[in-house]
Amino acid sequence: MAIRERLSGNEAIAIAMKQINPDVVAAFPITPSTEIPQYFSNYVADGVVETEFVAVESEHSAMSACVGAQAAGGRAMTATSANGLGLMWEVLYIAACSRLPIVMACVNRTMSGPLNIHNDHSDSMGARDSGWIQLYSENNQEAYDNMLMAHRIGEHPDVVLPVMVCQDGFITSHAIENLELVEDDKVKAFVGEYNPEDYLLNKDNPISVGPLDLQGHTFEHKRQQAQAMMNAKKVILEVSEEFYKLTGRKYELFEEYMTDDAEVVAVILNSTAGTAKYVIDQFRAQGKKVGLIKPRVFRPFPVDEIVEALSKFKAIAVLDKADSFNAAGGPLFTDITSAMYAKGVFTPKVVNFIYGIGGRDVRSDDIEVVYNEILNIAATGKVNSVYNYLGVRE
Amino acid sequence: MSKKELKTVSPDVKWKDITPGGVIPYAGNAELFKTGDWRSMKPIWLKEKCKQCLLCYPVCPDTSILIDQEGKRVDFDFDHCKGCGVCVKVCPFKAIDFVEEDK
Amino acid sequence: MAYNLKEVAKKPERFTGGHRMCAGCGAPIVVRQILRALKPEDHVVSGCATGCLEVSSFLYPYTSWKDSFIHNAFENSGATIAGAEAAYVAMKRKGKLSGETKFIAFGGDGGTYDIGLQALSGAMERGHDMVYVCYDNGAYMNTGIQRSSATPKYADTTTSPAGAVIPGKQQPRKDLTEIMANHHIPYVAQTIAIGNMKDLYEKSEKAIYTKGAAFMNVLAPCPRGWQYNTPDLMDINKLAVETCYWPLYEVIDGKYIINYKPKNKLPIREFLKPQGRFKHIFKAGNEHMIEDIQQEVDKRWEALLKLAGEA
Repeated sequence: MAIRERLSGNEAIAIAMKQINPDVVAAFPITPSTEIPQYFSNYVADGVVETEFVAVESEHSAMSACVGAQAAGGRAMTATSANGLGLMWEVLYIAACSRLPIVMACVNRTMSGPLNIHNDHSDSMGARDSGWIQLYSENNQEAYDNMLMAHRIGEHPDVVLPVMVCQDGFITSHAIENLELVEDDKVKAFVGEYNPEDYLLNKDNPISVGPLDLQGHTFEHKRQQAQAMMNAKKVILEVSEEFYKLTGRKYELFEEYMTDDAEVVAVILNSTAGTAKYVIDQFRAQGKKVGLIKPRVFRPFPVDEIVEALSKFKAIAVLDKADSFNAAGGPLFTDITSAMYAKGVFTPKVVNFIYGIGGRDVRSDDIEVVYNEILNIAATGKVNSVYNYLGVRE
Repeated sequence: MSKKELKTVSPDVKWKDITPGGVIPYAGNAELFKTGDWRSMKPIWLKEKCKQCLLCYPVCPDTSILIDQEGKRVDFDFDHCKGCGVCVKVCPFKAIDFVEEDK
Repeated sequence: MAYNLKEVAKKPERFTGGHRMCAGCGAPIVVRQILRALKPEDHVVSGCATGCLEVSSFLYPYTSWKDSFIHNAFENSGATIAGAEAAYVAMKRKGKLSGETKFIAFGGDGGTYDIGLQALSGAMERGHDMVYVCYDNGAYMNTGIQRSSATPKYADTTTSPAGAVIPGKQQPRKDLTEIMANHHIPYVAQTIAIGNMKDLYEKSEKAIYTKGAAFMNVLAPCPRGWQYNTPDLMDINKLAVETCYWPLYEVIDGKYIINYKPKNKLPIREFLKPQGRFKHIFKAGNEHMIEDIQQEVDKRWEALLKLAGEA
């Protein structure tokens, strides 16, 4: 029997980590992810996990210690946010290129500056090209479930890449929600043992990790790494299917909400997707054919599937909780529009809204603005502005 | 320590076959890489003058003064000796000559 | 067991030739001797900060390390090996590993005194059962001899050049060994490859087999950066010790032990003179610069004598 609980997103993540019982957790406090290592160090202090908790002196060392631990042959995990992720930057790339399936809880918060502890996606979006798999979570249940699936995905022999599980800082990390936990023994069986092929602590077959790798071989290593990310899509679906059989909770590359007969959709990551569902229900009651696409998997980017799903709509609003400062649109928008172009899908009109920056509250009437705008575009075929800011004082 | 046969990765290895993540599972395979052609000067071991004091072997940056099973030094490993001359200078018995490398 | 050069010669060689360090480099000698201090049956996971040693000893697809080795980045050798050690502790607890594995992080002075100081400090303070070894060659040699905080005063480097107005580096070197001693870890040593390598070997053995965090600072001359005649490596090392530029000492559980006190402490000019990086201070009119260095060396030596209760 699944266990019903009321937990914050951070506590749900910490419980998932407890159930996974990794070899090493190396983490440094940063709002709003601090609670995760706090909860976890309690588990260590109480002896309910066998993990070494390494209370590092910085996030750079957190990720560095994770690299050392994972290369040594252990499972390594960490949690961070914003500037912490920024300080890890260099090592994120090293973890991915060294093919170390570390798992990180990223509690999304705006990157400084200015200094601001609240939620947007500028931290994980900046890391989108670091070679990490990125899973996004609308609520506490999804954050917990993604965490339980992360090792299975990252450690799969066709993948062997690190995984970042993202959720919205404060909005889900600190909000208490009802969720269902999987029993410890079932988690243990589902996640399984970590048995890497080569590892530092294998004294019978010592290895060297992290070479100076020059023009003669780096490209081949990078090509192989790229293939791992391509392979990840299939693996994510397989693991999600297995998770569905275990829990009855179904996850795919993205979630579609009320899209079957929709004329227009918004594409939204993480918690704001929940707000959008509420607005959709209101609009639907008025007979307006609106829907939602909520990407769960942002890296690898599910180009074929998302384009196929989007191709039937008249107008699409892509919402970005991070600006690219490229004077052309946010990261999700540019990925979606380039995917549509590459696949030869030109029919839907696509507009971009940058929203919620620095934790600006996103209310249902903000989302109503979005749906009204794309309904108008669908009706008139006219786009007034492609690149828009939602909720900023004009 | 590795006791396996030394192997390496070919310079024209294709991306599907290259060792993932840049890992080298052939510990100590640098032995296969010869640095002897770096030499402009060459040390010559004068066996008859050598007292086997062994002051020379630990000062070799290139592990090129090898010790046999009885714990005695043997001739230089010229595959790797770069001809730095540090051993020449430390020998108290002038048992190592230092000459120009024949090209 | 007393150190015996001939006996330790029979121990396995754990660092092979075929690396690309410069001819006569001081660093591989240090690495070889430290690894030799391991018990033959023990496994070791070594790490290295980005730097000469790393790029030369593990240039894909060749590794000189016969045990396991990891390079991560420039500033995180301490944290990386700390992570590996943590995994070892956890995996041992879970019964996944047998036998002994030891952990050694290497870094040059750039990766240790400067950019890696934070990760080093963290790893030592947390008390991981590991050794951190700084091979100090007194500048960023890998990138082409830029000054570091380990570079001695007046040394000519490519970012502290001896110019018409400024005569080389203007600051005395940071005393990292003291900084590490003040971490109050069980074992700190300053050593060098000298003579029959007894000092370096014995300190390595203690550092490796002391439970908890240990730190060794090892002076490792760079013939290119220091501009001396390459075969003179061991003479330079000896002069570093005989002038008290590089005193040999240990701090064991807070107790200072000076391992060698020269009967006739040589003037610092003897150490400086063979090195091209100091040639400008030997020009007429610059005698005060040599005197300045001498005073700094004397001051630090006397402070060390005091710490060891010998003054």
